[in-house]
Amino acid sequence: MHRSPVRRLAGALHRRPGLRLTALLSAPMAWLVLAYLGSLGVLLLSAFWTTNDFTSQVEYVWNTDNFANILSDPVYRTVALRTLGIAVGVTVVDGALALPMAFYMARVARPRSRRLLLVAVTAPLWAGYLVKAYAWWVMLSHGGVLDWAVGTPGFGVPAVVITLSYLWLPYMVLPLYAAFAQLPDSVLDASADLGARPWRTFRSVVLPLVKPALIAGSIFTFSLSLGDYLTVQIVGGTTQMLGNVIASDVTLNLPMAAAVSCVPVLLIVGYLLAVRRTGAWENL
Amino acid sequence: MRTLRPLAALAATAALLLTGACSASKSPGGQTPSGFTPPRVPMRQSLGAGEGSVDVVAWAGYVEYGQDSKTVDWVTPFTKATGCKVNLKVAGTSDEMVALMKTGQYDTVSASGDATLRLIAGGDVAPVNTKLVPNYATVYPGLKNQPWNSVGGVPYGIPHGRGANLLMYNTAKVTPAPTSWGAVFDPNSPYKGHLTAYDDPIYIADAALYLMKTKPSLGIRNPYALTADQLNAAVTLLKDQKPNVNAYWSDYTKEQASFDSGDFWLGTTWEVIQQAVAADGKVKTAAILPSEGSTGWSDTWMVSAHAQHPNCAYEWMNYIVSPSVNAQVAEYFGEAPANSQACGYIKDNPNFCADYHANDESWWRNVYYWNTPTRNCVDGSGRNDCTDYAQWVTAWNEIKS
Repeated sequence: MHRSPVRRLAGALHRRPGLRLTALLSAPMAWLVLAYLGSLGVLLLSAFWTTNDFTSQVEYVWNTDNFANILSDPVYRTVALRTLGIAVGVTVVDGALALPMAFYMARVARPRSRRLLLVAVTAPLWAGYLVKAYAWWVMLSHGGVLDWAVGTPGFGVPAVVITLSYLWLPYMVLPLYAAFAQLPDSVLDASADLGARPWRTFRSVVLPLVKPALIAGSIFTFSLSLGDYLTVQIVGGTTQMLGNVIASDVTLNLPMAAAVSCVPVLLIVGYLLAVRRTGAWENL
Repeated sequence: MRTLRPLAALAATAALLLTGACSASKSPGGQTPSGFTPPRVPMRQSLGAGEGSVDVVAWAGYVEYGQDSKTVDWVTPFTKATGCKVNLKVAGTSDEMVALMKTGQYDTVSASGDATLRLIAGGDVAPVNTKLVPNYATVYPGLKNQPWNSVGGVPYGIPHGRGANLLMYNTAKVTPAPTSWGAVFDPNSPYKGHLTAYDDPIYIADAALYLMKTKPSLGIRNPYALTADQLNAAVTLLKDQKPNVNAYWSDYTKEQASFDSGDFWLGTTWEVIQQAVAADGKVKTAAILPSEGSTGWSDTWMVSAHAQHPNCAYEWMNYIVSPSVNAQVAEYFGEAPANSQACGYIKDNPNFCADYHANDESWWRNVYYWNTPTRNCVDGSGRNDCTDYAQWVTAWNEIKS
């Protein structure tokens, strides 16, 4: 009896699980390897080229001058340290704000107001990034709301930390909220039964249980801050971050821009390696 | 460890790409033009029929087909007359223009003086046969064959329009009215925290111009031809200025909004921005040409060395500098037109040409147009101990860091 090609194919796939898996995964894997890792590879590779000083033409001469420059030139060190400081600052501010917020939302608020609070936390994500950054520019500027209420810090590093903390706060609140919501009541009851006061319970029981979520959130706030360059252009005054250095190099000196962009990549990889053992990755 | 796999995969991919690319990369061997001899690119000798389209790189406001305002449209009449459809790519900075022209996918560009020499040296643009551009005849002679649009007497483009980088100040906050750039370079400025400056390496020339006029001992003859010592002096001046700066601007709407809000009180500006602030009516400002003179820009239409549509590109260059169209662009953008007959075609503001000093050559004598710093000094001295644009970029990054 004649079998149609479709049926033969179906039969072949049924008999060979390996073939099935290959057919299923080859497209997404090709995308991951070629488009995603491939572009990173090309980036790394081009960091070893150089450009003609005058015409900005990329010259394909293998050398490590760009990296030597980054290490020896104090300009890059200053900017890299400042960027790291801002990223850490944003992460700390977001952590301090999000812990009580997420705790209240998950454990204290009634279901109805909990839903409203969740909407309120995620609502800023619906608005455009630039709209929010410019809103902060208006508030921080001379004669703006902040200036009128408490005095504005002016445009600079504090303004950048405030604005980025606002932008990335939902990414910290949401994992923490999920962690607090999953906290079993029985654990808290047991702690109370054993005579622990609320602060003791928080420190010894709650915090260790939500720590992975805290770290998961911090990966977002840290890496997003590290790569940002628009916010600092809007509210940063004369401040420069790594992203600005990369942006100013991209059109003129692409290899240098590629070399500089390895710095945040290394910082993030270092951070990820440091938090790997905490088990936070399962919470991402 | 399971979680490390992606990193290992990344490393493996990178290693593969590195080895693969090493064997594949054949260096085209770009040479550094230490002396400045542009690569040999043929000049067009005659024009043929239009190719049906032209790909243009331009500053915002130079190529209007009704995209911003329905009544502002000089592209449609061009297409009707020549059959050349215009494809526009707007560039935000000179660096972006250089990068776009390097792709070889565009036919013509409206380049400022800090981009033109780089394009010429890179072999990205061709010399322009001005005989094929009839409207070139009526362009102001003061704009022809200048150091930023020609090399060795060979023109590389058609002048489009010019403007000065003036000193703008908030008249309520800044008293007495400044008359010198010293107002923005005073390290003990009473306006600390309210200064602004242009966010680009070419702003170093503003500091150099001030030093040229106030510190003759440095021996600066041209703000774009600086020796290493002179560049250092300018960098020091700008580093001292930085603590007083509220923010640098490169996007002109940012300067407009910051003057409106009262964050900026004084700093460098374009005439068009001062007029926009005046139109907003929130603060009172004035823009002056200080006693030292100022830097400025003179834009040039250039034709790509790899133009796919050279005939349409020449048609476009001739059209955009024709008296009536040059007048439209100048009035819409806010700059002095390049065509000497354009003033007869200005429609809305009868004082336009006087306001922009269109034919007041003595006013322009104090304006030093943007030029690309090269090792071969651009002051015409024939010396070759000057700092080049790459050094200016490094210096600017150092100032801002």
